[in-house]
Amino acid sequence: MSHAHESNTARIWKVFAILSVVTIIEVILGIYKPASLNFSHFLGMNLLNWIFYILTVFKAYYIVWAFMHMEGETSSLRWSVVLPVVFLVLYLLFILLTEGNYIYGVFKDSTIKWNF
Amino acid sequence: MEATVTTANSEEKTWGGGNEPMRASYGKMMMWFFIVSDALTFSGFLAAYGFSRFKFIETWPLADEVFTHFPFLHGVTAPMYYVALMTFILIFSSVTMVLAVDAGHQMKKNKVILYMFLTIIGGLIFVGSQAWEWKNFIQGEYGAIETKGGSLLQFVDKDGKRVALADFAATLPEERAQLSRSKATWFMEEADLPSYSVAEVQAGFKAHPDLLIRTEVLTEKKEKTVLSRAESEERLAQAAYVVEGANLERNEYGSKLFADFFFFITGFHGFHVFSGVIINIIIFFNVLLGTYEKRKSYEMVEKVGLYWHFVDLVWVFVFTVFYLV
Repeated sequence: MSHAHESNTARIWKVFAILSVVTIIEVILGIYKPASLNFSHFLGMNLLNWIFYILTVFKAYYIVWAFMHMEGETSSLRWSVVLPVVFLVLYLLFILLTEGNYIYGVFKDSTIKWNF
Repeated sequence: MEATVTTANSEEKTWGGGNEPMRASYGKMMMWFFIVSDALTFSGFLAAYGFSRFKFIETWPLADEVFTHFPFLHGVTAPMYYVALMTFILIFSSVTMVLAVDAGHQMKKNKVILYMFLTIIGGLIFVGSQAWEWKNFIQGEYGAIETKGGSLLQFVDKDGKRVALADFAATLPEERAQLSRSKATWFMEEADLPSYSVAEVQAGFKAHPDLLIRTEVLTEKKEKTVLSRAESEERLAQAAYVVEGANLERNEYGSKLFADFFFFITGFHGFHVFSGVIINIIIFFNVLLGTYEKRKSYEMVEKVGLYWHFVDLVWVFVFTVFYLV
């Protein structure tokens, strides 16, 4: 463990600054919701939501890599943690989007007006 | 104790025992195992939330209109600010945690104590903030009407500003005693009665001709649909319940599933934060007692740190999914 005894405080504060700035951007966008982003469409979602999701993953990367110190682990550990999660989350998202869309269609086009 | 901190060089005696797969100690590896499984649990919850939201995409409540409270600012509509503050508190407690881990690597006991203490305080503030958020959510602000068909009607004035039931509901002489196990019908009880009955709301609505009804349906502009006066009267005739605040059955914000998922997901996350605080306190006392000083390794701080950062990581996603998107 070569990293064991050197101090990383400078890096920690830098990552904190990055996370803070990203959060502030998210909050500002969330409050003002610029119409050009909110009412646009790109691959089935408006641009504002794309920005939110991308910034979230960006923040997640910094938390895992810097705070959880993933960058200091061996690449085998890194990938055995990250790959299963990424793969299964993508799989879940695929199912959710497909099935949610189907059920939305069923309610929209059928005679059922409301369902709990 | 020795088993958790193995420092043997694994290069030369692969088969001799004492080596560490992936150069991570047993405890750290198990923490990663746990985090992966927990991450998948949360992904499942958030995916279920997304699924239900997709199903009711045209009637889902707008987060901006639900979470509008800020401490000491009564009556001021402050969407997002409070939850942004909560996010900062949690991120900052993550920073102090990683600083504690860093100080632990350099065997600086006093710094570890200080940073762990700050982390615990941050965690407690976060849990407290969440409790306050829940309180507001459960209490509600305006109240609404549920129709026989199960859709939700809210009240607005001519300018589209929300109006609370208390501001217009009539008072009718129709007092009904609440059922309880000790009174009235044999051992029957019911949930708390709302402040106003359906008839009182309907009478009050009739007496205020400038009131309109807002349905759950979202327009092209991503706002809720406001009906005309004639349509409003027609819809209100089908009223079945008065809804105030939120519980697991119904809520005044809109889709029933919205409150269910809010309670379940933020509750599950809040429980993680709470247990994280407890674990941090235990490790904090171990640091105070000099346990890790004697062990010559602060790896235990690193392991609870992993858990704490994970809790922060989950919040980043919950924040996006519940409050932003």
